[in-house]
Amino acid sequence: MKVLDRKMLRDFVRLWAQSLAIALVLGCGVASFVLSYGVKLSLTETQSTFYERNRFADIWASATRAPNSLITQIERIKGVVIAEPRISQFAILDVEGLSEPAAAKMIALPKSGNSVLNMPSVTLGRMPSPNRTDEILVSENFATSNGFALGDTVVATLNGQKRVLRIVGTALSPEFIYLLGPGSMMPDDRRFGVIWMDRDTLAAAFDLEGAFNEVTLKLALGANENKVKDALETLLAPYGGTGPYGRTAQTSHVFLDAELDQLDTMSRILPPLFFIISAFLVNMVIGRLIALEREQIGLFKAVGYTNSQVAWHYVKIAIGIGVFGTVMGWGVGAWAGHGLSKLYAQFFHFPYLIYVTSPNTYILSGAAGIAAAILGALQSVLRTTKLSPAVAMSPPAPVRFRQNLFDKFVHMLGARQTVMMILRSITRWPMRAALTVLGVSLSGAILISTLFMFDALDEILDTSFFQANRQQATITLTGNKPYAILEDALNLPGVMRSEGLRSVPARLRNGHLEKLIGIEGRAPGMDLSRVLNAENGAVVLPDKGIILSGTLAESLGVTVGDMLEIEVLEGQRETYFVPITAIIEQYFGLGAYMNLGYLSALLQQAPQVNAINISLDENQLDALYDAVKDTPGIAGLVLWKQIRQSFNDTIAENSGMTTTIYALVASLIVVGVVYNSARIQLSERARELASLRILGFTKGEVSFILLGELMLLTLIAIPLGFVIGRFFAFLIVSGFSSDLYTIPLVINNATYGFSGVVVFVASLASALLVRRRINRLDLISVMKTRE
Amino acid sequence: MREPIFHTEKVTKVYDTGEVKVFALRGVDLDLFEGEMTVLLGASGSGKSTLLNILGGLDHATEGRVFFKDMELTAMNDRELTAYRRNHVGFVFQFYNLVPSLTARENVALVTEISPDPMRPEMALELVGLTNRMDHFPAELSGGEQQRVAIARAIAKRPEVLFCDEPTGALDSKTGVQVLEALDQVNRELGTTTAVITHNADIRKMAHRVIFFADGQISEVRVNETRLKPHEIDW
Repeated sequence: MKVLDRKMLRDFVRLWAQSLAIALVLGCGVASFVLSYGVKLSLTETQSTFYERNRFADIWASATRAPNSLITQIERIKGVVIAEPRISQFAILDVEGLSEPAAAKMIALPKSGNSVLNMPSVTLGRMPSPNRTDEILVSENFATSNGFALGDTVVATLNGQKRVLRIVGTALSPEFIYLLGPGSMMPDDRRFGVIWMDRDTLAAAFDLEGAFNEVTLKLALGANENKVKDALETLLAPYGGTGPYGRTAQTSHVFLDAELDQLDTMSRILPPLFFIISAFLVNMVIGRLIALEREQIGLFKAVGYTNSQVAWHYVKIAIGIGVFGTVMGWGVGAWAGHGLSKLYAQFFHFPYLIYVTSPNTYILSGAAGIAAAILGALQSVLRTTKLSPAVAMSPPAPVRFRQNLFDKFVHMLGARQTVMMILRSITRWPMRAALTVLGVSLSGAILISTLFMFDALDEILDTSFFQANRQQATITLTGNKPYAILEDALNLPGVMRSEGLRSVPARLRNGHLEKLIGIEGRAPGMDLSRVLNAENGAVVLPDKGIILSGTLAESLGVTVGDMLEIEVLEGQRETYFVPITAIIEQYFGLGAYMNLGYLSALLQQAPQVNAINISLDENQLDALYDAVKDTPGIAGLVLWKQIRQSFNDTIAENSGMTTTIYALVASLIVVGVVYNSARIQLSERARELASLRILGFTKGEVSFILLGELMLLTLIAIPLGFVIGRFFAFLIVSGFSSDLYTIPLVINNATYGFSGVVVFVASLASALLVRRRINRLDLISVMKTRE
Repeated sequence: MREPIFHTEKVTKVYDTGEVKVFALRGVDLDLFEGEMTVLLGASGSGKSTLLNILGGLDHATEGRVFFKDMELTAMNDRELTAYRRNHVGFVFQFYNLVPSLTARENVALVTEISPDPMRPEMALELVGLTNRMDHFPAELSGGEQQRVAIARAIAKRPEVLFCDEPTGALDSKTGVQVLEALDQVNRELGTTTAVITHNADIRKMAHRVIFFADGQISEVRVNETRLKPHEIDW
């Protein structure tokens, strides 16, 4: 081994603590890169495999009742490969062990056996036999949440008729990776599931013999989706078609895509941050090493080493740190990546996980990590090439300090000289101080930008569940019913107040921008469920006009006062131009609201409702549940308490782990920055500090000079971190919002406080690590030697 | 005879490196008297610096006892030694050891701020003849000026004793004389007991007593009947 290489190894060993601190931060960058890309790749691969194997449809459309003969015409639409008709209806279920009624989306299986499109994959048991009318396949989550075993039965109310159905299998379907019941905002696996069963039984129950009410299509590669949808809509219009939609409006698919996008957003924001901080840390440490070794560098050159040999020597130390961090990051990333992918696969209920490891991820992340280390070292290394042997071997010129107005001001305050030393050190090396502040503040920012999510969810919870939706339950009806049904609802046990809504499928259009959505008609004076403005005040529905949620208005490119084109996909299917009277903030889904009277007038119908919000006497819940199970015309009952609970559970499940992980990551960065700053300062000022010890300053007083500066910088960094964190949170909110939900930019004081405390404590702890070295300063050597 | 301010009994210092034991001091008995200026002379490794470090509370003796007035330094812990240095001792180093980020005045104030009965920094600087350089930073001062700031910093707390380790070692003869004059003046006007380590044998002529070191022991103590003024010293 060459002598310079031996020196490099020894330098590396000597700097182990600082190298480790940097390598850990760098490792975080590499790990988060490997992790997020790995998880994203694996999930995307699993998703597309699942879609492909189970022939996930490209287009869905529903109708009231379309004759089976229409399928031939649908298949003739250019671009359509397969058109599969089916029957799909909601049914109330009576499940053993569950007092409240559950509900299910009942899907008919073709006589031939399994569906051609959107095939459910049997995970347990078998498919129902074609001639057994009572056998069913249930969605796996519904079965596990309720503890169903094969052979168990449930009682379903199919259009008013009760039927006992026997579970012969459980299944997962690409259509229902994420499943929302009608009227619900959160998945509720216990009370809502999917059931596949014999076609004839469903057809008989819902009067759909020889007909279908839903059709799914598979398109040829390169087919024009919009043209197919238009043709399909024309064909289905006479049969009550409500507008075909593609995958981009299919709830489950949209949800999955949104989740994958979130992973993508995180993988774009986090790793670069870590790499930047690592580069800055390498810059600090190598810069200091080179400053300390000026005379040695001069010697190397004097004895004939070339500039590039000397430069390469120091670059190699940086590469060493880079390799060290990269290897750690790979290890953690691979290990956590596999685990996290598995978790996600379970969370999404994929039937399997295809774990993809792409060598590219490793090569890219390693290259990025090592490049960050090299870039960090570059500036200092280039400085070595400029040192001439003679200059390098004489001590550096003393640092020049100057008095300025700020000093005079501080003097007037009667500050001690030790405080003066701190302030002068900061003002003399403002860049260094600024970078330290930036590094520390970024760690706080990372904390805030991840933990604010829980504040946002709290805000969503409060607004959606306590301000907007104050009803205790929502009853969904099997179809449109006369307004008078609200009176009937009051006759159900325990119901104290009932308010009706009507959702009408419509296409909202502004120029080429359009959105298929249910317009919600609400009777004026509704008080249980309210449409709220940004200040959480109830918005009065106008006599004429429509109110849109912010995300919807944005995606249509419209604002208050604009005229919106509305194509109603029910009744006379007419098109109207309606003024937008208000835009509201809404966190769940897209919303369009109208006065029920106005909506009915547009439809040229007497007011009708298809859902009822109720408030109730909780003591009579069981009686209500029983009544609901026996009442024809009810398609489902959503209990808001349970939605809230499930929302809360989801938050609680994630918050502990996430908070711990990010607090650790942020602490790592702070330790990396502060510990290195402190070590470097100590090596630069060891002599000065030791002199003070000789002059009679106590260890505490001497530590104050060094640690006081770092803590002062930390105190500046904390509020700066708040600002940067808020900005990151803004980026994340913008990146995360989808048609399914909007995340408000809400950051509670407690979150700021927590991030401030974590940063401060981590900073203090790393400073104290260095304090031990102050205690061990060699006083005697200072008496004699010159630096 | 005046009262001894320092009294040592058989002070021994051994540096044990594990393989070899190096005897830096081998049983030194010495008294330093109040108001006295002593010069410690000897070859490198003769033990003079080690003794000064022990007297100054920077190092511990391996054996023997050291008294400062009625305080036993050899019985003190680190914290007590720090307090001792802070309240009783002034140090002047070969390489000045000024804080580069503080002006001359501030370097002196650094010490006066933590002393129980200091003089004003300006007065200390006046004593060493630096009235017009008070607001300069160390980098803006010559070596001799820096060393005089260091002396001002050392005496500003009115220490009972001043230890100088090669105070002129880094200076040419002209500036060296200025520094010695400052030390002489402090010794005369404030009556500060002063011990100076030097390699420069001619400096001994300004001392009351000269103590010669060899092999970790005092080889000779010589009393100067007549002391020379620093500017009379020829080097």
